[in-house]
Amino acid sequence: MLKTLVSGDTPRSPILLATLIVILICLAFAPFLFPGVRSVDTAARICIFIVLVASYDLLLGYGGIVSFAHTMFFGLGAYGVALASTHMGRGFDALLVGSVAGAGLAALLALVIGLFSLRVRAIFFAMITLAVASAVAVLVSQLSTLTGGEDGLSFKIPRALGPAFKFMDGELFGVKANGKLLKYYLVFISCFVLFLLMLRVVNSPFGRVLQAIRENDFRAEAIGYRVVHYRVAATCLSAAIAALAGALYAVWLRYVGPDTTLSMEIMIDILLMVVIGGMGTMYGAVIGATLFVLAQNYLQNVLSLAGESVSTLPLLPDLLNADRWLLWLGVLFILSVYFFPTGIVGRLRGK
Amino acid sequence: MTAAPKHAPTMAQMSLPERLAPYAPILLVVGLVIAGFVAIPATSSWLTLTVSGLAMGMMIFIMASGLTLVFGLMDVINFGHGAFVSVGAFVGVSFLLLLEHMTGAPNLLWNLTALMVAIIGAMAATGLMGYAFERVIVKPVYGHHLKQILVTMGGLIVVEQLIIVLWGPEEIYITRPESLKGAITFAGAALEKYRLVAVGIGLVVFLAMRYTLRRTKIGLIVRAGVENGEMVQALGYNLRMVFIGVFVAGSALAGLGGVLWGLYQEVITAHMGNQTMILVFIVVIIGGLGSVEGCFIGALMVGLLQNYVAFLEPKAALISNIALMVAILMWRPMGMIPVVKAK
Repeated sequence: MLKTLVSGDTPRSPILLATLIVILICLAFAPFLFPGVRSVDTAARICIFIVLVASYDLLLGYGGIVSFAHTMFFGLGAYGVALASTHMGRGFDALLVGSVAGAGLAALLALVIGLFSLRVRAIFFAMITLAVASAVAVLVSQLSTLTGGEDGLSFKIPRALGPAFKFMDGELFGVKANGKLLKYYLVFISCFVLFLLMLRVVNSPFGRVLQAIRENDFRAEAIGYRVVHYRVAATCLSAAIAALAGALYAVWLRYVGPDTTLSMEIMIDILLMVVIGGMGTMYGAVIGATLFVLAQNYLQNVLSLAGESVSTLPLLPDLLNADRWLLWLGVLFILSVYFFPTGIVGRLRGK
Repeated sequence: MTAAPKHAPTMAQMSLPERLAPYAPILLVVGLVIAGFVAIPATSSWLTLTVSGLAMGMMIFIMASGLTLVFGLMDVINFGHGAFVSVGAFVGVSFLLLLEHMTGAPNLLWNLTALMVAIIGAMAATGLMGYAFERVIVKPVYGHHLKQILVTMGGLIVVEQLIIVLWGPEEIYITRPESLKGAITFAGAALEKYRLVAVGIGLVVFLAMRYTLRRTKIGLIVRAGVENGEMVQALGYNLRMVFIGVFVAGSALAGLGGVLWGLYQEVITAHMGNQTMILVFIVVIIGGLGSVEGCFIGALMVGLLQNYVAFLEPKAALISNIALMVAILMWRPMGMIPVVKAK
């Protein structure tokens, strides 16, 4: 039963299994285990980034395709929900319409980009996505009448997901039984389902063909698989799932803006999460996203402490400044591509 | 059984389109300039826009040429190329700020000397950095595109952050040397002096590069290496050494482009390199990976189109470049002048 749930792709490492179970339990009961606005917010971010990173891994780790437009698809979903909620009024129908439209548009755009660039040479894809994504980011900040420009859009989500809504009297295990709790579980369950769905996809024959193409596209073509079709299909699927993750993020924040969804920084974050967690395995996304979001929220404090402790030395305090943590992540990133190309999960599995 | 067809050789001149086909890319640039002339109402503003488009194109070409050669020669795609642009700009601007007494004086010779010092300093710094980058970051991942993209992107992040550590997180505003400020009036159009200088430098770089590639032995080896690397190595040339040389030269050119771009924008940030990389990638793709001429023509087209469209419809400027790329790829899927055979 459990094996069917994870599509036969078991962690295959006791430490990994234990870590995954701890993460699952922590996320599933986050509002009860870690009450407090900031920690629940962190938990929701982890859920959403797991899905986003896993969808990127579908492309990078399984398809061997590098894309820099993943935040664009993420943003499409988020803006879809925001625009639908703004124009249709608050309600679950607006959320549904917005996320479906966002995912559809993302898949369509991915189809067009994929047909253009993957047909010729896979390496074009990385460059073209970079160009298109930045053009879209500029366009979004310029079309301020529609998208709110740099300020972004704040919108209302259904009343049932707001803190004012009580679905039962009193408290549930010491936590207020309000719409905020429902909203967390909407995010958590959607992410859980999407993750299992992706696990299903990569362990299906389709996923196997993708892996074959990654290993040797020439040979895969010779065996009779249309490489371009598979690559484009993977791109579309991953774009649609990224858009759904974006829709969830928009619902959680009740806000979209270029900085939260479209910026290049998020793209780099996603790359770091995939590589550090482990490319080519969905569990890598879980580990990578969890570690990264936790580090983002808490490691910066540690770094600033370290910076203060060496404040008398030259240059070191600047290097250890909390704002410079991306520097250390970049170094870690390069080292992990060289020495641990399979990431943490690959290490744990003993590959 | 049918008889063999009668042997009937014919001799006909190639039709005009057939004879023009090899020159199609350069004719496109001319066509673009003419289209701009038709679309833009005032001749003087057309002239101004054309000069600034050419200046922008030249600067993009200087930045992109190294990237395209590096790819052509060694099949290495360097996503960290923008780091050299940023470093070049910061080093160059630091030199200019040091030589403030020279740039502030209203003396053309002094100004140009200061500019040259800044350019040479920046090129030396980025050339050295290119050497280190090649040794440390690119060398371990030859022949592996995926890892190259990831690792060079990582290198870009690290270099950007190091720039912030060394020069601080704020953007630096700079003024151009005294005698390069302002504009000259020609046929009723205001032409910024600095842009004319940029066009001049770009032309010199292009011609020097073309000369090196076409007329010297090292250029012959580089071109042959792009065409068929294994064969060149079989003939006894150490292509690795040639490649390091090209990588260093390409990095130095990116540094030069960074100085020029920084003075053009009059503000520099650590992320400026990565921002210009968007245009650089478009240029490299539409020119055809590995082709210097294609890169030059592509850069001019991007620069001109961007300026014309920004004048006619400001919001469509960046989209116009994407549209240009799409159109060119539909016409020639490998870029305008495809050099590198599919590897």
